[in-house]
Amino acid sequence: MIRHLAGRLGQAALLLVGVSFITFILLYILPADPARQLAGRSATPETVETIRQQLGLDRPFHEQYLRYLGNLVQGDLGRSYTQKTEVAEVVAARLPPTLLLMAAAIVVELMIGLTIGVLAALRPGSRFDQGAMIVSFIGVSTPQFVGGILMLYVFSVQLDWFPVGGYGTFRHLVLPAVTLGVLGAGWYSRMMRSSMLDVLARDFIRTARAKGIPETRVVVVHALRNAVLPVIAMIGIDVGLFMSGAVIVESVFGWPGIGQLAWQAIQQVDIPIIMGVTLVAAVAIVLGNLIADLVAPFVDPRIRLR
Amino acid sequence: MKRRLLIPVLSALALAMATPAMAESPKQGGSIVVTYKDDIVTLDPAIGYDWVNWSMIKSLFSRLMDYKPGTAELMPSLAESYDISKDGLTYTFKLRKGVKFHNGREVVAQDVKYSLERALDPKTESPGAGFFDSIAGVDPFKKGKSKDVKGIAVVDPSTVKFTLSRPDATFLHVMALNFASVVPKEAVQAAGKDFGKKPVGSGAFMLSEWKLGQQLVFKRNPDYFQSGVPLLDQITFQVGLEPMTAILKLEKGEADFAGDGIPPAKFLQIRNDPKFKDSIVEGGQLQTGYVTMNVQMKPFDKLEVRQAVNMAIDKQRIVKIINNRAVPANQPLPPSMPGYDKTFEGYPYDPAKAKELLKQAGLEKGFKTVLYVYNVDPNPRIAQAIQEDLKKIGIEVQIKSLAQANVIAAGGKAKTAPMIWSGGMAWIADFPDPSNFYGPILGCAGAVPGGWNWSWYCNKELDARAAKADAMSDPSKAAERMEAWRGIFTDIMKDAPWVPIFNEQRFTMRSKRVGGADALYVDPVRIPINYDHIHLSGN
Repeated sequence: MIRHLAGRLGQAALLLVGVSFITFILLYILPADPARQLAGRSATPETVETIRQQLGLDRPFHEQYLRYLGNLVQGDLGRSYTQKTEVAEVVAARLPPTLLLMAAAIVVELMIGLTIGVLAALRPGSRFDQGAMIVSFIGVSTPQFVGGILMLYVFSVQLDWFPVGGYGTFRHLVLPAVTLGVLGAGWYSRMMRSSMLDVLARDFIRTARAKGIPETRVVVVHALRNAVLPVIAMIGIDVGLFMSGAVIVESVFGWPGIGQLAWQAIQQVDIPIIMGVTLVAAVAIVLGNLIADLVAPFVDPRIRLR
Repeated sequence: MKRRLLIPVLSALALAMATPAMAESPKQGGSIVVTYKDDIVTLDPAIGYDWVNWSMIKSLFSRLMDYKPGTAELMPSLAESYDISKDGLTYTFKLRKGVKFHNGREVVAQDVKYSLERALDPKTESPGAGFFDSIAGVDPFKKGKSKDVKGIAVVDPSTVKFTLSRPDATFLHVMALNFASVVPKEAVQAAGKDFGKKPVGSGAFMLSEWKLGQQLVFKRNPDYFQSGVPLLDQITFQVGLEPMTAILKLEKGEADFAGDGIPPAKFLQIRNDPKFKDSIVEGGQLQTGYVTMNVQMKPFDKLEVRQAVNMAIDKQRIVKIINNRAVPANQPLPPSMPGYDKTFEGYPYDPAKAKELLKQAGLEKGFKTVLYVYNVDPNPRIAQAIQEDLKKIGIEVQIKSLAQANVIAAGGKAKTAPMIWSGGMAWIADFPDPSNFYGPILGCAGAVPGGWNWSWYCNKELDARAAKADAMSDPSKAAERMEAWRGIFTDIMKDAPWVPIFNEQRFTMRSKRVGGADALYVDPVRIPINYDHIHLSGN
């Protein structure tokens, strides 16, 4: 177990170096010139050159990358080009809102997804089943920008139940969490449905029914408990999905998380921030997957860690 | 001979005239909420250079010079008065006494020198460093050959004297730029690189709270030297809201001012909604959208071809494409810029005449060319309209729709981009003086690799006239100087290196809670709005 964990962490570290390298290359070959961007529209070529030198952008690629990596190893993510502040500080300020939003979105998707999935599985092929699957499909495919604006318009402007975007209270959290959660709920309802159908067809369920155990108890205690575990084990993988979804949802709802930060940094070609956010997101995804892997054997004894 | 202005009298008079809203005698007090999409990048006056922080910085810091609210007219601010020597090479500013930084210390002449040298120091990475080139001794300082800028002298604690290396009629404007804001050395040194997050100035407001990515709170500076200003007690800037969301917030009364304006997709709907009739203020911008024709590339080296293109493009139709958010242009200068020639008619829309001109140039069969355009709406649509118009006179235009940086790079490379539509990258003046619209984008100085003169047009005679106009720093010659500039810009059109297409209008949306003269909401200098002078309505 511990050896497995150590191996996985080693892999993760390598993966992160890879991610940083690829991101760095992509940013390097980007035609946008950060120095030009920073210098503004009326800067003389001389000013642009000075800024380029100050940022070290005139150095060859390998030098720039190795310097970045060297600083990274010492825990220094560098300073933002535009804001001049420490990247670590900026990212740290943005991380809690994103984590909060993710946690809330996971709760929402599980609530919606599992309920729909179980109900659909109980009557496979019924109208409810078909309707639920169509709704899930719509949920999965709705662009979050559209979904978010629609939610704002209906629940904030028309019904006046929630504030229009912002951060701070529980009421601010509801709409972005639901927008993000509905996306995931679509996946979960489908996964839950098939997992449930799978379990309901097993012998032990037939045995339970044959023993005369009431159907509700069969479903809730025997089937649900077995069916839900493999689904829950997937939560770790959601982290990646939400990391990308957060970029849009956070922008629409004015949620001050790292998705919004990433979006702004990309527009400003603020390379240190883009790198910082990418690495943090990569760490989150790697951790999410690692947790999913580690949890799996507990849920399903057939899976063994090697 | 020295000209001493009766500053206190004049500025009092100016204020009385410039704020007609005073008639409703606004009461001081109250707070408003302003929204922006992006977090504020920095509030360091030496660094900040975007539409969002520009007027915030103006409210946090003071400069020697400023503008009358809602206008492009200069007035002394931190300076109480100034003298200009007869040769236009020496500017002596007398500072107001008793002005205090937000940290309580009095502003002295040494601070002015320190602040400018800080902006000029390459280590600061200020995008504004290039504006101060006319001050003597800037070059050796920037190159590290001199410890200070010799042209900035502290005469006594309340007098600072600038020596210029050449007469510069725009110098007072330069002293009103954000980059010339006065900062206290001790606060800058205490904050280090984080000064942009912990700004200390002597402006009408001071920063009281900044939650990264969420909100900033400006509180009224009770010791501000201009009495009765600012009118609001507090401004809360909520950041991170999409323009669409911001409008919904405003509609619901959760915000008073949508900083990023009305999103294009919602523009017509809001503009035609009687509910918002009083909420939208329209005003000019110091901006011109234009098509450049590279005079170093065939066939745009021929004057007739450039004139033909000027006459073939239907500007009215393009304005319609962008929902009338602009007015058609016929010269490089925008109408709200001093020096704009109201009587100039420019090239009419006349495709028949255009065809004839092409014939004269020996190109009656037309030709093929490439139009570079920034790939963000509405620019590709505008490029298509131009393409259709030019097809009618036989010019086959291929549109190259690229990322902004690529277009800018192509424009700054010799003989690369035959035509460029400037939309989304267009020149917007840094200060309201025609000179700012010439050098970098139409003068020889800008026709260099990496420059912004994408026509690569270089007219030595006009350059000489421009230099002469900018040497007229005697305030009594201001009218003559404007006349000279007017002539330069209309004469440029004889050579037709550009097709001026339109001047974008600004549309500011505000809630019913806020009042103040409309001009404050489309302030030509404090973009987007003048925070110091707006106030709550109905109190």
